[in-house]
Amino acid sequence: MLIWWYIVQGFAAEFNQALSLILNGDAELWAIVLLSLRVSIFAVLISAVIGMPIGAALAVARFPGRRVMIILVNALMGFPPVVVGLLVYLMLSRSGPLGVLELLYTPTAMIIAQVVLVTPIMAALTRQVVEMLAEEYSEQLRSLGVSRLASVPVLLWDARLALVTALLAGFGRAIAEVGAVIIVGGNINHVTRVMTTTIALETSKGNLALALALGVILIGLAVVVNAMVSTLTLRAEREGLRHA
Amino acid sequence: MRDVVTGTPGVLEVSGLSIARDGKVLLDVPHLCLDGPGPTLILGPNGAGKSLLLRCLHGLIQPDRGRVCQNGVVLNAGHKARQAMVFQSPVLLRRSVAANLDFVLKRQSMPRALRKRRIEALLAEGGLDGKARQPARSLSGGEAQRLAILRALALDPETLFLDEPTSALDPSATQMIERMVLRASTRGVRIVMVTHDIGQARRLASDIVMMQAGYVVEHGAARRVLETPESDDSRRYLAGGLVT
Amino acid sequence: MIPDFIRVSVVALGLTTGIGWADEPFIIVQSTTSTQNSGLLDYILPGFEAETGIDVRVVAVGTGQAIRNAVNGDGDVLLVHAKPAEEQFVADGWGVERFDVMYNDFVLVGPKSDPANVKGGSDIVEALATVAGGEAPFVSRGDDSGTHKAEMRHWGAAGIDPTGASGTWYREAGAGMGATLNVASGMGAYVLTDRATWLSFGNRGDLEVLVEGDPRLFNQYGVTLVNPEKHPGVRATAGQRFIDWLIGPDGQAAIDSYMLDGQQLFFSNAK
Repeated sequence: MLIWWYIVQGFAAEFNQALSLILNGDAELWAIVLLSLRVSIFAVLISAVIGMPIGAALAVARFPGRRVMIILVNALMGFPPVVVGLLVYLMLSRSGPLGVLELLYTPTAMIIAQVVLVTPIMAALTRQVVEMLAEEYSEQLRSLGVSRLASVPVLLWDARLALVTALLAGFGRAIAEVGAVIIVGGNINHVTRVMTTTIALETSKGNLALALALGVILIGLAVVVNAMVSTLTLRAEREGLRHA
Repeated sequence: MRDVVTGTPGVLEVSGLSIARDGKVLLDVPHLCLDGPGPTLILGPNGAGKSLLLRCLHGLIQPDRGRVCQNGVVLNAGHKARQAMVFQSPVLLRRSVAANLDFVLKRQSMPRALRKRRIEALLAEGGLDGKARQPARSLSGGEAQRLAILRALALDPETLFLDEPTSALDPSATQMIERMVLRASTRGVRIVMVTHDIGQARRLASDIVMMQAGYVVEHGAARRVLETPESDDSRRYLAGGLVT
Repeated sequence: MIPDFIRVSVVALGLTTGIGWADEPFIIVQSTTSTQNSGLLDYILPGFEAETGIDVRVVAVGTGQAIRNAVNGDGDVLLVHAKPAEEQFVADGWGVERFDVMYNDFVLVGPKSDPANVKGGSDIVEALATVAGGEAPFVSRGDDSGTHKAEMRHWGAAGIDPTGASGTWYREAGAGMGATLNVASGMGAYVLTDRATWLSFGNRGDLEVLVEGDPRLFNQYGVTLVNPEKHPGVRATAGQRFIDWLIGPDGQAAIDSYMLDGQQLFFSNAK
């Protein structure tokens, strides 16, 4: 708290400016926030559509190489965003295999990069939750005559709260990410400039007010997301939806 | 299939059944025939192989050797569909009380209106009226086990297996479960129940299977087994002596 | 070739997200942080866009990275400040032709306390030698940018290889101009910067200009069209239109009229 106070004292002017940018609904600022939200929400939804079935399959199906795939997916969770950005850049560059699609430096490119980053999180967390649940349900579901395949929707539905939590975790990673989107998006004004890349740019310009304003909004989003997670967890506890 | 003429379930017969792990015999039952209307109580100390035998009868576990037949036919999917099982700790879906019952009814493609009436009837039977919308996981231990039994009954089984359903419950909760079991038995559901509680066997059993260290040491009418046990193991167990 | 399903799915992605598929024509300019951070491009580009309806999308990175991106074809126009590297870019066939656009100059900034005592000098090579001799803290871009290349030329002229002292008094930030200035401001170090970024920099702290006016601190910017023969996707017509405007009377006048705090930041010198 004391450190916080010192920062506020030292940069009082910047803080006041930042707050007025937020409170006065600065159009430029909100356009950036909106683009960030659109990119990351789309990225997370696409990641969920791809990652959750993969995670469920890894949890329920038994096939050779399954352990290796689980290790791979878990390792991909910690993939450095800059490397993901570089790989997506190499794919989308005019010199790359997908160059003719002309996607580099567009929001679509940023969505692709974030999907690559978030899908392993979705798959790994889904696998973890569904596997735990499957273990608990296994005998009961077999006793009720539910086949392995038919058990997947049952497990996904019963794991719904944990999966929403995974969704929020993925969103948190996507919205706060800068390394990948700055490479594939190019941080182009009004086109691909999102909160994190603006913070990086404005900080490098020594223009701390706008950077701080966006930082405050990002922190606010993080608080909201975490509050949602903890509300869900509380509800899960109350309704006995927790796993293991 | 249920014997349409008499309405009683057929003969459950076990022959040459054995399961061993790491050279240790877990279950060795050369022959066992359950032909009465029950309730049949499988009685014995922990580790006697009671639950293992129950799972073999229900087809949840494939024995190393031997087979389970119903009316002379090796246990098949058709038989299993007319069996239900209740586990020691109830495995309830993370849904409402009503949804747990509806899950089973839906799988029988029962029309909606009919399902609704059936759920109401079942809840009344288990003393859970008024709890339909409550999350199943927030029920007390006794209520949860009652719901598990109701869900098993919703399958309209000819045979109901119960694996120590009251071992974690207090006397009054135990009494409610025992009443439900007796009512189901009266309606013609064949009951096969595992317990280590001699009092419970006395209260419920029509015939008793005594088990010890993986072997069936005695099988006979309840009163006869309880009053004049033929094997030393049975005598020791009923006398409350240490059985190893 | 690219499978149809990928093509269809990315188009569907673009349509559903409704972003990144602007109808208006646009070009991508690979440029440097100095032109963007100084605010010059934000100031002059609206004029061009209003006149032609062509949206100019600027990717601002270091000169070295800008050139590499252009070699990959990820841009239509290159606007940077490292003449030898730009000429090599054209000689290798990646660019069509290079034109001078404008210049400004580099300055050596450092803490007001000036521990190496270089203030007021106008000989950059001598000043750097003094800084090195006193082992006063110095922050370098260290990112192969135009400014970094210029700095290394001056060290070379002084006969000093500061990279041997990297990590002690010589710090390589590996970052853009602004980020490097933030580091220098934070640790009270000397740093070579282009004047435009310096003037528009908002977090100077204790830093001030100490050495300026050496002819060797001249900083030339050039513009080059990426060669459409190497990369057929290059928007050559629109790109050439932008170059013609930039080195023509309208663009040149716009550059000269950009002022910050009453100071002109860039000086047009297209031939």
